[in-house]
Amino acid sequence: MADFFANWLPNWLALTLAALVHVTLILTLALTAAAAFTWAERKVAGRIQDRLGPTRVGGRFGWLQAVADGLKLVSKEDVVPKNADPLLFRAAPYVSFCASFCVYLAMPFANGWVAQPLDIAVFFILAVAGLEVLGVILGGYASGSKWSLFGAMREAAQVVSYEVPLALCAVIPVMVAGTMDLVAIGNMQSGWAWNWLIFHDPFLFATFFVYFTCAVASVNRAPFDLAEAESELVAGFLTEYSGFRWSVFFMAEYASMFAVSMLASILFLGGWNGPLPITVWLGLAPNPATGDAPHALLAYLGNFLGMVNLLTKATLGVLVMMWARWTLPRLRIDQVMTMCLKYCIPLAAAMFVGAMVYAYAFPAGLIFRVGGGG
Amino acid sequence: MNPLAEPVHLTHYLVVGAVLFVCGVTCMAAKRNAIGVLMGIELVLNGANLNFVAFGSPYLQSTSPASIGLDGQLMALFVIVLAAAEAAMALAIALCFYNAHATIDVDQADELKR
Amino acid sequence: MGVNFHSVFFHLMAVLASGFALAVVFSNNIVRMAFYLVASLGAVAGLFFLAGADFVAALQLMIYVGGTLVLLIFGVMLTARGPFADLKTSPAQWTVVGLVGGSLLAVLLYAASSASRWTASGKAASAPPDQVAPTSAPLGLALLGARVDKLDPKQNSASSRAGGMSGYLLPFEIVSVHLVVVLIGAAYLARARRRATPRPIAANSPPDDPSQSSSVS
Repeated sequence: MADFFANWLPNWLALTLAALVHVTLILTLALTAAAAFTWAERKVAGRIQDRLGPTRVGGRFGWLQAVADGLKLVSKEDVVPKNADPLLFRAAPYVSFCASFCVYLAMPFANGWVAQPLDIAVFFILAVAGLEVLGVILGGYASGSKWSLFGAMREAAQVVSYEVPLALCAVIPVMVAGTMDLVAIGNMQSGWAWNWLIFHDPFLFATFFVYFTCAVASVNRAPFDLAEAESELVAGFLTEYSGFRWSVFFMAEYASMFAVSMLASILFLGGWNGPLPITVWLGLAPNPATGDAPHALLAYLGNFLGMVNLLTKATLGVLVMMWARWTLPRLRIDQVMTMCLKYCIPLAAAMFVGAMVYAYAFPAGLIFRVGGGG
Repeated sequence: MNPLAEPVHLTHYLVVGAVLFVCGVTCMAAKRNAIGVLMGIELVLNGANLNFVAFGSPYLQSTSPASIGLDGQLMALFVIVLAAAEAAMALAIALCFYNAHATIDVDQADELKR
Repeated sequence: MGVNFHSVFFHLMAVLASGFALAVVFSNNIVRMAFYLVASLGAVAGLFFLAGADFVAALQLMIYVGGTLVLLIFGVMLTARGPFADLKTSPAQWTVVGLVGGSLLAVLLYAASSASRWTASGKAASAPPDQVAPTSAPLGLALLGARVDKLDPKQNSASSRAGGMSGYLLPFEIVSVHLVVVLIGAAYLARARRRATPRPIAANSPPDDPSQSSSVS
């Protein structure tokens, strides 16, 4: 995009403008997704609990409820507890939000549509996603109350422990694909649904579910949300936060839920490539058989459809997380740690060895092959 | 705007590395909290890492034939890994000391027998 | 005239890294020191990115900032109770430390500024390209023992100091075993023990009572 602007503007202004446009787009996506997910959460919770959820604000489905919630939170009184460390208390939500937001810098939305193309994209995403815990600890300590501190310590221990099986599960498709570049991994899965990495071998199939479980645990969603449990620790590290700061923490949580879901979609579920190669049929994407590429505007439309496809898959992942939250009971903290250390890590390691042996024994794939691009 | 328009030399990186190193040494020498001393160690290692990466940087190669290419980044990698291990160990020792003596003040750790 | 964004961001990250490092030195509250350190090391990761070492920068973020510093902050939370959150150093000690630190800084700055005299030929500095050359694959292969970055014979001449094709496989294995050993050792050292009462150091308390219950491990 910077080259596009550089046709009219001096180079430094073009770079700045391109960066601003990227940031604005990603910020809009993150905030809109957070708002939409608060509405979806309440609707899903209502339906699972055999009631309707919000129905009054904005028509029959209450879709403006998120806006109403946002307005309420912004207009609340700004309370800072007396024992709180003033600088750290105010800074904590923004640290968390920055870490959540920076994950989107390396996340591709379609072929070539990525804010910063990195060839270490998976590694960068895992690294930055792990920085969110610093905001949590900061908030928990700076609140000046022991319940906040306990909640923050538990949550930090949980997130940091689950980073290990999460990274191990994310490494398995990287190993099979041979690259950490998410654009390349996405392009590798183009074509029909059997090109998706999840169908590449049975070990990757199982890895997807282990990855999803570890992702749910690492963003502190139920059934792993003991650290925010309302009935046990008041609200954990969020106890003293209200109003706008609370909403920033929650935007960070929803943004990271969406991000890990999007990462799962790209790594396992084909990313912007649908179950059917519709863009190839419509002439919007380069045809691998004949090799002719479409016109630039049609390619843009094809990429746009790919982005919609990817966002749909990521949203489905988030809806599954919400479904799990309102269906399953909460795990105790020792059960959470047991699950990580005794189940998730050995499973992930076994899947790693299995996928490695499979890739070594059947380099061309047994039935399904990783095709479409190499 | 002038200093901002010139390319960055190797010297700039070495200066930042030196500042970090000296801050770390000062922390190690002056802090009474054992974990403060540990933070000084982390700063020292990061100053050294910055020097390694600067010498191995492909962008600064034209300003010095002393560039060591990828070796610089590999050294930095090993330093990061070893620093993590050493921080874990030092923290375990500090926690042991705190559990045994109810203080984290290194000025009070002056008796061998205890 | 254009703005060299590489220089702008370098100076920004350098100021952040040095500024927060100085804040670590001059702060007294241990928790604030921990968070200033987080910011400083994050800025150092930014400097690594600007120097073209993208893999090492992501490694720094993941392992140093996201792992080691979280560990450090846990340690701070567990031990920063009441009087131990703000331990002050006496001004006399600060003077000595300041002299030592200042002289060390002078020596290092002199060495750093003489870096330009190490160039054999007066080649001008070039602006770095817009795209970062990938380093993760050459790094990975070097760790396995294959130095693919040194295959170019022009670079491998005797006049340059890039000779030697051996990889880093042995250090890699040693570091892996080292990490396992440290993991076991730290877990053993920091295991929970039940002690009757923590004993303060004898400077302020009566001599040790031999009938006091010892630790149960």
